[in-house]
Amino acid sequence: MMLAQAAPAPVHHFPWLTVVTFAPLAGAVVAAVLPSSALNLHRLWALLVTLITLGLALATLSAYSSGAAGFQLVDRAVWVKSLNFNYILGVDGISLFMVLLTAFLMPAAILVSWRIERQAKYYLIAFLVLESAMIGSFLALDLLLFFLFFEALLFPMYLIIGGWGSERRVYAAVKFFLFTMAGSAFLLVAILFLYFRAGSQLGHSTFDFTELQRLSLPIATARWLFLAFFVAFAVKVPLFPLHTWLPDAHTEAPTAGSLILAAVLLKIGAYGLIRFNLGLFPEASLHFRSFVSILALIGIVYGAVVALIQTDIKRLVAYSSVSHLGFVVLGTFAFTVQGLSGGVLQMVNHGLSTGALFLLVGMLYERTHTRDLGQMGGLALTMPVLAGVFLFVALSSIGLPGLNGFVGEFLVLLGTFVVTKVYAVIAVTAVVLAAVYMLWAYQRAMHGALSVPDHGLLPDLNLREYAILVPIMAGILFIGVFPKPLLSKIEPAVRQTLVCVSPAQSQMVVTSCPRVTGSPAFDIARRP
Amino acid sequence: MRTPISYFLLVSALLFTIGTVGVLVRRNALIIFMSIELQLNAVNLALVAFSRQNGNLTGQVLAFFSMVVAAAEVVVGLAIIVSLYRKRRSADVDDASLLKG
Amino acid sequence: MNILAPFIPAIPLAGAAVLLLTGPRWRDRSAGWLASAAVAVAFGLAVTVFGTLVSRPVTLRLSHVSLFEWIGVGSFRVDIAFRVDPLSTVMALTVTGVGAMIHLYAVDYMRGDPRYARFFAYMNLFVFFMLVLVLADNYLLLYVGWEGVGLCSYLLIGFWFERKTAADAAKKAFVTTRIGDSALLIGLIFMWSRFGSLDFDRVLPHAHALANGTATVMAMLLFAGAVGKSAQLPLHVWLPDAMEGPTPVSALIHAATMVTAGVYLVVRSHQIFEASGVALTIVAVVGLVTAIYAGLSAIGQDDIKRMLAYSTISQLGFMFFGAGMGAYSAAIFLLVAHAFFKAVLFLGAGSVMHALPDEETDMTRMGGLRRAMPLTAVTWVVGWLAMAGIPPLSGFFAKDQVVAAASQAGRIGLWYAALFGALLTALYETRGTFLTFFGEPRHRGHPHDPPSLMRTALVSLAVGAALAGVLGLSATSGLLPKFLTPVVGPTKEAVAGPSELVLSIISVAVALVGILTAWLVYLSGRIDWMALRVRFASAKRTFQRGFYVNDFYSGAIVGPAKLAAAFVAYVVDRRVVDGTLTGIGRLVSSSAGAARRAQTGLVRTYAVGILLGATAVLGYLVVRS
Repeated sequence: MMLAQAAPAPVHHFPWLTVVTFAPLAGAVVAAVLPSSALNLHRLWALLVTLITLGLALATLSAYSSGAAGFQLVDRAVWVKSLNFNYILGVDGISLFMVLLTAFLMPAAILVSWRIERQAKYYLIAFLVLESAMIGSFLALDLLLFFLFFEALLFPMYLIIGGWGSERRVYAAVKFFLFTMAGSAFLLVAILFLYFRAGSQLGHSTFDFTELQRLSLPIATARWLFLAFFVAFAVKVPLFPLHTWLPDAHTEAPTAGSLILAAVLLKIGAYGLIRFNLGLFPEASLHFRSFVSILALIGIVYGAVVALIQTDIKRLVAYSSVSHLGFVVLGTFAFTVQGLSGGVLQMVNHGLSTGALFLLVGMLYERTHTRDLGQMGGLALTMPVLAGVFLFVALSSIGLPGLNGFVGEFLVLLGTFVVTKVYAVIAVTAVVLAAVYMLWAYQRAMHGALSVPDHGLLPDLNLREYAILVPIMAGILFIGVFPKPLLSKIEPAVRQTLVCVSPAQSQMVVTSCPRVTGSPAFDIARRP
Repeated sequence: MRTPISYFLLVSALLFTIGTVGVLVRRNALIIFMSIELQLNAVNLALVAFSRQNGNLTGQVLAFFSMVVAAAEVVVGLAIIVSLYRKRRSADVDDASLLKG
Repeated sequence: MNILAPFIPAIPLAGAAVLLLTGPRWRDRSAGWLASAAVAVAFGLAVTVFGTLVSRPVTLRLSHVSLFEWIGVGSFRVDIAFRVDPLSTVMALTVTGVGAMIHLYAVDYMRGDPRYARFFAYMNLFVFFMLVLVLADNYLLLYVGWEGVGLCSYLLIGFWFERKTAADAAKKAFVTTRIGDSALLIGLIFMWSRFGSLDFDRVLPHAHALANGTATVMAMLLFAGAVGKSAQLPLHVWLPDAMEGPTPVSALIHAATMVTAGVYLVVRSHQIFEASGVALTIVAVVGLVTAIYAGLSAIGQDDIKRMLAYSTISQLGFMFFGAGMGAYSAAIFLLVAHAFFKAVLFLGAGSVMHALPDEETDMTRMGGLRRAMPLTAVTWVVGWLAMAGIPPLSGFFAKDQVVAAASQAGRIGLWYAALFGALLTALYETRGTFLTFFGEPRHRGHPHDPPSLMRTALVSLAVGAALAGVLGLSATSGLLPKFLTPVVGPTKEAVAGPSELVLSIISVAVALVGILTAWLVYLSGRIDWMALRVRFASAKRTFQRGFYVNDFYSGAIVGPAKLAAAFVAYVVDRRVVDGTLTGIGRLVSSSAGAARRAQTGLVRTYAVGILLGATAVLGYLVVRS
C-alpha cells in the first residue's frame, strides 16, 4: 500500500508544543554563558525559566480543545528527508496532563534546591535540560524523536544523582543508568524493526507513531515487539522485579532529584506503556494482560509490605512509589475507560503526593540531617505546620476521599473489578497497608516526645517552603474535590486508546486499527 | 630470458620470515622496528614481482604507497622509541606493558 | 428549604477551616465558642430542615440537593449530592444536637491546652464529615464521610501525641477501621457493577431483585465496613484504646456519633440485607455476641473510660441486634437514646477526671463522689438508669424494643441471649456507678463539680437522656417509628411471644436483677468486693483484658506480619530480587575480568597473536580453495 507521504502540513497554529518543549533548553543555553559565580542570578534565572515554561504549558492547556479526541496542536517538520525522519509533536488528554505536571513541579524543584551551592550553575542547567527532555518525551509522536528524548533524560538525571547526591550516590547513579539503558536497548531494536517493517509494508520506512499504528504485524512478531517495549518501560515505571534501582536512586538523589524522579520520570514509563504498548500492539497487550496485571499486583502488595519496615524515610517513600505505580499499571491493563482514566489520573496524583512527600522529607533532612526515622520523633511539637502538611500529603497518598489519591485509586479499582474481581480484591489490601506504613512513618517522625533534644530548636516552614508546598497542596485538594476538568479531558483520549484494545476485537490477527473518532470503547456497566 | 617469479617470491618469503622471527624473538625496540621494515619490504618485493608478471603498474604504485607510509611510520615510530628510551633508559619492549588489562 | 441541606455540613467545615488556618491567634476560649457556635448553627439548620420535612405529607418527605458532578468517567457518575429524608434528618439532628452540647462542654474542659484552637478545628471537621456521612445521597459520598470521620478520630485520639500510648491508639484505630473500610470499598464497587449506580434511589429499590448469594456477598462487604467502624467483633480492639483521646472526643466520636455510623449504614441499606436472607441473621448474631462479650469485659474494667468504651461496644451490639431482627426503627431509637445517655456518662467521667488529681481514671480509687460532686452524680445517675433500662428513661423504651423484637420474631434463643446481655448492661453500669459515686471515698484531693458551661452541657444531655423516650413510647405507633416508616418500612407485627406489656415487665425485672446483684456485691457491705477481686483474679484478668483478643492479635498477627515484612524486605528484596539483577551485572563484569587476562600489554604477545591469526586465516583460505 502506497501512501502519499504527507508533506509537512502547513502550521496554522502557533507552535505551542515546540515552544514549551524547548523553552527550558533555551534557558539552559543562556545559563551556560552566565558567569558561574553569580549564584543568585542562576537561581533566579532557572526559576524564571521554569515559571515561563509553566506559563507556556498553561497556554497550551487553554489552546487545547477539550472533548475532542486525537492529537492536537501537532507540530510537524521534516528532519532528515532521505531517511524520512520527522519531527512530530502532538498532545492529547493523556500527555497534556503529564506536561502540565512536569511544568508545575519544576519551579518547586528549583526552589527546593535554593541552598545548593556547589557547582550550582551546572546543577540548574542539568534540571533545565532535563525538563526539555521530559516534556519532549511526553509530546513526541515520532518514535525516533521519542527515543532521543527518552535517552536524553538519562544524562542530566545521572549527573544530578551522581554529582549532588548523598554518600552512595555514584553506586545509585550507575545503577539507575545501567538499568534504564539495558531496557532501552530493547526499545531501540524494536523501534528500528518497526521502521524497516513500515518500509516493506507501507512502502516507506517511517517512525511516525500514527502511521506505524496502521501496520499489520503477525501475532508472534507483535508479541515480541510488545515485550521489547515493555521491558524498557517496565524498568522506568518500575514494575516488580525491575524496581530495585528505584530505592537506591531515590535515597541517594538530592531532594529535587527525588522529586522529579518520582513525579515525572516514573510517569514516562507508565506513559510509554499506555501510548506505545497499547497503541501499537493492542492484540499483544490483551494477550499479556494477566501477565502484566499480576506483575502490577505483586508490585502493589510487595512495595507496600517492604515499605512497612523501612527505617529510612526516603526508602519508605520510594517503596510506596512501587506500590502506587502498580495501581497505574493495573488500571491501564484493565482496558476499561474507568481503569485507564483512573490510571492516568493516578499518575498525576502520584506526582503531586509522592513529589510533595519527597520535598517534605528533604526539608526534614535539611533540618535534622538524618533520614533515619529512629532519630526523629516528636517533631510535630516544634514544627506543627510542617507536620500538618506532611500528614495532609500522607493522607492524599493513602487515598483518603476528598483528596486526589482516592479518585484515581477508586477508578482503578472500579475499572479492574468489572473485568477481574480478584485483582481488585488483592489490590485493595494495599489500601490498608498504605495506611499502616504511612501512619507509622508519620508517628515515628512527628509523634511522641522529642527524641533528640536539639530538635526542639528547629524552625518551622519558611516562606520559600510555603511557596513550594502550598500550590501542590492546592492541587491535591482540587483534584480530590473537583476532578472533572481533568477527567473530562482524559476520557476522550482514553477512549481513543482503547478503541483498539477492546476485547470484542481480541481475536484480531493483525493490529491494524483505524482510528475512529468517538467510537464506543469498552465500558462495562451492567444494569439490572 | 626472464627470471621466474618464484625466485622473487622465495626471496620475499625469506625476508618476511626473517622479519617475523626478528619481531618475535628480539626485545630491543629498535631491532623489532627494523624487522618490521624488513617485513614491509618483503611485501613490496612481492608486489613489484607480481606487477611485472601481470604487466600492469598497479602493484608498483601500491609499493610506492607502502614505502611512503613506511617512511611516515618510521618518523613516528622512531620518535616514540626515542622518547620511551629517554623516559625509561631502556629500549626493551618487555619493560613497557602499561596497557596490561 | 432543601437548599439548606448542604449548609448543615458546610458551616462546621467553615469553622474548621477558619480555625485551622488562623491557628493559635485565638485568645482564651474564643476558638471554642466559635466552634460551638458553628455546630449550634448547623443544629438550627437541621431543625429547620426537619420542620419543613414534617410539614409535608408523609409520601413527599424526601428531597435531594445535588451540588455538582464529583467523579464521572464513562457510565460511572457520582454527584456531590445530599439527601433529606426522615432517617438522615434524625441522624443530623442527633449529631448536631449532641455535638453542640459536647462542644460546649469542651470549651471549658480543654481550657489551657496549648493546642486549644486545633482541638476545636478537628472537632468541627469531625462534625462536618459526620454530617456528610448521614446526609449523603449516594454510597460514595457516604464513604467520603465514613473515611473523614475516621481521619478525625485519628487526629483526636492522637491529640496528645506526645504520649506514645495516644499516638499508638490513634494509629491502631485508623488502621483497624480501615480493614473494614477496604471491604466496604469493594462492596461499593461490587454494588456499582450490579446496579450501574451508587445513588440510594437507584440501588435500594432494586435490591430485592438480587440473587440471594449476590445480596449476601454485598451485604457482608457493607457489614464488614460497619463492623470496623462500630467496633464489633472481631474488629473491636481499637475502641478501648481510643480512650486515650480527650474525654469530649470519647463522648462525641466514640460513643454518640461516629461509632454508630455502622448501624446507620445497615439500616440505610436494609433492602440489600433483606434480599440476602441470611445477612440479617449474621448481623444479629454478631451484634449479640459482641454485646455479651463486651458486657462481660466491661465488668472487669477498673478504668472508668475503658468501662464506658466496652459498654459502648456492647450497646452498639444491641443496635446491630435490633437491626438484624428487622427492628430498624428500634435500632435507630436506641442509637439516639444511646447518644444522649452515653454522652452524659462520658462527660460525667470527664468531670470526675477533671476534678481528681492527675486525671485519675481508676474507679477503685474513687468512691463516694456523690457528696463532693452532687450535680455530676445526679446527671450520671440519670444516664446510668437510662442505660440500665429503668422506666421511664429513654434507654428503657429503646432497649426494650430491641430485645422484644427477638421475642416477637419468634427467635426465643436469641431473645434469652439478649436478655442476658441486658442483665450484663445493668450489672456493669451499676458496678461503675457504685464504685465511682457511692460507698466510701477512696480518692485523693478535693473534687468539686465542674464550671458552669460543663454543668450546662451535662444537665441538657441528662434531660435528653431522660426524655428521649417520648420519641418511641411504642414500637409500632411511637413518634420515631412512624416518622421513619418511609425509609425503613413499618415496624413488623409481632408473630409470636407474649404481649408488649409482658415483655416490658420482663425487661425491667432483668434490669433490676442486674442492679440488685451489683448492689449486693459493691454497696451492701455484705460482701468484700476487694477480696473477691483477689479470689477470682484470673477471671477478673480475663474480663479486663477482653478475653485476650487484643493480645491474640498482637501475638498471632502483628508479630508474624512484621517478621514476614522484614523477611521480604531484607531477604527477598535485597538478596533475591536485587541480588539476581545485580548478579547479572556482576556476571558480565566477571567475564570481562577473565577476558582481560589476554591483554598482557607486551607487544610481542600481540605480535604472536597477529601471526597466529593471519596464519589461521590463510590456512582456512588454502583449505577451502
